[in-house]
Amino acid sequence: MRSTEAKQMELVCPAGTPAALRAAAEAGADAIYCGLANETNARNFPGLNFSPEELADGVAFAHRKGSKVLVAINTFARAGDVDLWREAVDTAAQSGADAVIAADLAVLDHAASNHPDLRLHLSVQAAANTPEAIRFYADTFGVKRVVLPRVLSVPEIAALNKEINVETEVFVFGGLCVMTEGRCSLSSYATGKSPNLTGVCSPPEHVDYTEDADGRLLARLGGFTIDSFEAGQAAGYPTLCKGQFTAEGKTGYLFEDPVSLNAFELLGELSKAGVTALKIEGRQRGKAYIAGVVGAFRKAVDSLSDGGDPGPAIGALKAFSEGGRQTAGSYKKTWR
Amino acid sequence: MQTHPSSESLPPLVSSLVAPLPKPPMEALLSTLTRRLVARRPDLIRRLGDVVRVPIAIVPDDLPHAFLLSLDPDNSRVRICDKSRIGDARAIVRAPFLALLGLLDGTYDGDALFFSRDLRIEGRTEHVLALRNTLEEADLTPGEFFGLSGQSADWVNTISDKLLGQVRAFAQKSAHADCSRQKLS
Repeated sequence: MRSTEAKQMELVCPAGTPAALRAAAEAGADAIYCGLANETNARNFPGLNFSPEELADGVAFAHRKGSKVLVAINTFARAGDVDLWREAVDTAAQSGADAVIAADLAVLDHAASNHPDLRLHLSVQAAANTPEAIRFYADTFGVKRVVLPRVLSVPEIAALNKEINVETEVFVFGGLCVMTEGRCSLSSYATGKSPNLTGVCSPPEHVDYTEDADGRLLARLGGFTIDSFEAGQAAGYPTLCKGQFTAEGKTGYLFEDPVSLNAFELLGELSKAGVTALKIEGRQRGKAYIAGVVGAFRKAVDSLSDGGDPGPAIGALKAFSEGGRQTAGSYKKTWR
Repeated sequence: MQTHPSSESLPPLVSSLVAPLPKPPMEALLSTLTRRLVARRPDLIRRLGDVVRVPIAIVPDDLPHAFLLSLDPDNSRVRICDKSRIGDARAIVRAPFLALLGLLDGTYDGDALFFSRDLRIEGRTEHVLALRNTLEEADLTPGEFFGLSGQSADWVNTISDKLLGQVRAFAQKSAHADCSRQKLS
């Protein structure tokens, strides 16, 4: 059982490019997570991610700035073609990265067997949210940290932490997956691709937008119109989980509105619940987002011990949020 | 921190002043500078992937012309054309000019501009995404775009920052004045 004695939580920040990695380190990230430019990571978008050389350079830069680098190799290896994922683990180990974030059993096994000194974090894509599942990964592969799915409330996280002896990391800001990660295939029904298999939710080659004469924006995924926004209305990502559907004559958001996560107000409770690390989502975002969000959450985490006021910095983050709106998501299950 | 770019649209007078300027010299200058940048930074072409040689239209809402950009290891081109003549483009990016500049220099986040509807995209979304991510990595300063380094680059960057800051402040004031006039009328 882990001690729940409060100590400063680690701020884990995203980087989709070397420039974003530098911005995150400069803004005060304790750790930066990134991925290689292929389908081994769940943000496999055009123009994004790192070559092996860029990764090694990025690790060296981050270490000079006092930040760790965590490499996400968190998609599920394709049957009969596991080498790409094994090579990614080898590349991460050679780069001097501080940990690999993985979900697939074969990837975890390769890392544990061939790189015993490489720290392993369990990706949110593994959807491990029970003590039994987490203990299995810890006992079998030596996993040191688990990234929890965004479906647990704070009391549930506190209860879970009392029953496990690995660190927990939770999302506190950014894009909000409303499904249990690793088990969502919605995108594949419209496009044939999904986050877990090819590293893309709503792959951009299947997305298109049109704006009509009245300024109404129509968002399509795989040829299906999945949302519309009136002129001047804040828009969201083209994901099915935040799309509008019509049933029995009523049209509305079925799973979730276009909205982003912001758990700033719960940082104190998360600390008391025994959480080790706070994760900011957004490897697909620009340097302005990285600098703004990481800087604000750096102030927020530090304020838990130094009593500073991060309110204005956190308040300014609304402009970065999908649909211009924010929620504490499942951490506060107000619908129960 | 981001301000709201829609309040940074250039006043119509700027568009009127820019409209009669000859396009060929500007095209030649922008094309040359872009070719030199690509030659210095081959990593950017690798990052672009399938978007190499794909024409993408950049359309500032508040200027009279569009920029048709085609990045290529050997022959990158920037063409300036009427907004009605961007039919060759495989993707189109529209936003106020200062917002587009802010995307280039990292002042603004592309997704946030999309959420606020300041930035609109049409055509092949994957091309826009690849270009956006490549420009993010380019970490482009005015000094670097002009091929400068050391003190001369620092000098150009400082002057550009100040100038751009003043233009943004002027655009915001102008937008607020317009807004007040509309409320009174």
